Amino acid sequence: MTHTVLVTGVSRHIGARVASVLAADPDISRVIGVDTVPPPSLTREGGISLGRTEFVRVDLRSPDIAQVIAAADIDTVVHMSLVSAPSRSGGRAAMKEHNVIGTMQLLGACQRSATVRRVVVRSTTAVYGSSPRDPAVFTEDLEPHDGPVHGYAKDAVEVEGYVRGFARRRPDVTVSLLRFANFMGPGVDSPLTRYFTQPVLPTVFGFDPRLQFVHEDDAVEVLRRMATEDHPGTYNVAGAGVLLLSQCARRAGRPSLPLPSPAFTVLGGAVRRAGLVEYSPEQVRLMCHGRVVDTSRLEAELGWKPKFSTGAAFDDFLRSRSLRPLGGVPA
Amino acid sequence: MSVPHEDEARVIPISAAPSFEETDSGHEPDPMAALLAFLRRRVTGDYEVDEFGYDAELTDKVVLELIRPLYHHWFRVETLELKNIPDDSGALVVANHSGTLPLDALMLQVALHDEVGRPLRLLGADLVYQLPMLSHLARKTGHTLACREDADRLLRKGELVGVFPEGFKGVGKPFSERYKLQRFGRGGFVASAIRAGVPIVPTAIVGAEEIYPKIGDLKFLARILGLPYLPITPFFPLLGPLGLVPLPSKWMIEFGEPIRTDEYEPAAADDPMLVFNITDHVREVIQQLLNELRLRRGHAFPPFL
Repeated sequence: MTHTVLVTGVSRHIGARVASVLAADPDISRVIGVDTVPPPSLTREGGISLGRTEFVRVDLRSPDIAQVIAAADIDTVVHMSLVSAPSRSGGRAAMKEHNVIGTMQLLGACQRSATVRRVVVRSTTAVYGSSPRDPAVFTEDLEPHDGPVHGYAKDAVEVEGYVRGFARRRPDVTVSLLRFANFMGPGVDSPLTRYFTQPVLPTVFGFDPRLQFVHEDDAVEVLRRMATEDHPGTYNVAGAGVLLLSQCARRAGRPSLPLPSPAFTVLGGAVRRAGLVEYSPEQVRLMCHGRVVDTSRLEAELGWKPKFSTGAAFDDFLRSRSLRPLGGVPA
Repeated sequence: MSVPHEDEARVIPISAAPSFEETDSGHEPDPMAALLAFLRRRVTGDYEVDEFGYDAELTDKVVLELIRPLYHHWFRVETLELKNIPDDSGALVVANHSGTLPLDALMLQVALHDEVGRPLRLLGADLVYQLPMLSHLARKTGHTLACREDADRLLRKGELVGVFPEGFKGVGKPFSERYKLQRFGRGGFVASAIRAGVPIVPTAIVGAEEIYPKIGDLKFLARILGLPYLPITPFFPLLGPLGLVPLPSKWMIEFGEPIRTDEYEPAAADDPMLVFNITDHVREVIQQLLNELRLRRGHAFPPFL
């Protein structure tokens, strides 16, 4: 069977990697990548080669995406165009529009399409929030006590709502919803990776959250499997094991600076205005209570385990940034 | 740094509890090297915690080490019927709760860790996880939130889980009500035991009632601070921080005959009548154990009082 795959968010790292892996698959006849900005590899900035991926510059918030889907007879849609932090120019409002309105437009186009058979949506474990009143380990079915009310996590919750609505209206389409833990790896640039490259790591006094990471290689592999096989449902994706924030700081050889939580928020605001690192309210909650998810459903469904544990993913990230003054785990 | 010593250290047989007491003199590693290796692991972050955040090494080598003098010399804790704790399978330890500050939880943890070689995973109130310091210390020493999902998960993994079903009602009750079990809530712990098919071990802790005799409650101040109670004892707040020193009562902990739950189907956990009946039964057994053990102990502050 020939496949034509549409990948959104192809100008960012993971999106580009997924597009290039799919482009290398001989069973897939065409890969069409869309994003609001051209991918770095097309603008002489280097970056991941997209192979034979065809790039179309589309703003997901506009109905143009429907024309792309109709014109190319797309049968698989991989939606990765979720922005996790407001851009310096657009701010939070543009980010929300991009995430939520963009998903609505895309799903609306899929619903009208007669060719789309499979939809894979990237979400995040941030939809579970972080709270002292929730279980230590989240499974996919769990309803959190204190769901997220801000920012990226709130967007992801809304996106998931639209995805579920779409799955109900089009039961003939295989819908896979993937909740990824924080990405970690040599090419990842996220608020969290920027946090760990600071010279001093501010932490919330009296709290030491449990964190979980997924290595970019594993994330790409999961997305490839989901895009080429039928695995309907919602899945948590994370590396095995957990790291405490204090443990991450020690492995990175970075001193941590415990601040009382009000000071943390104030300082976070100052640093954000300086455009350095993002400390959103959700991130402060994550820095207090942490978040761990159960990944057994994904492992049973794919018959596969992530190659990198949380610790190995973090170590690989540290190696790529040459952050290891104290030695850490013997290589 | 100290590779040969580490190799040597590896030959030590994995005995019951991790090696805080290396009696096997032939294989004893150089304590200095062991200490350095320990510090190196801690400083570089090269240690493991489980998904609940339990840091076994930190708990054994640091936290429990600080509590052990209290256990052995201050409260002189004596344990009875340890054989009722399974060696390696899951079980639910259900105990009475008392003492104004939950020192009984710490003593129960030392007893099971050092004398049976099993880490105790307690299910605590959500207040614990909202407070700075306490929240991560509780997780690092192996405890988690009292909720159905966490209890089921730990029991499925074959862990030894502990609960104090009386909760704040028990630990914060006035001295005049000592050794009277309070209400046992909804019996969620019984439902969890049935779902996992693990035995319930009724446990009586005698001695904790006398450490901070609560004779009054600063209810108004407690409400302002968001605490369930703020106790007045004969020495607190009268003597200030000195009033926080627990009185050296004699402690005894007895583990009762396990109550089996594996004869029920997991679906029986949704039968409220069955759950209430077992809850009542567990409560009666613990009350009876408490009464007997209290007689057996005699004076709280031997040999005088």
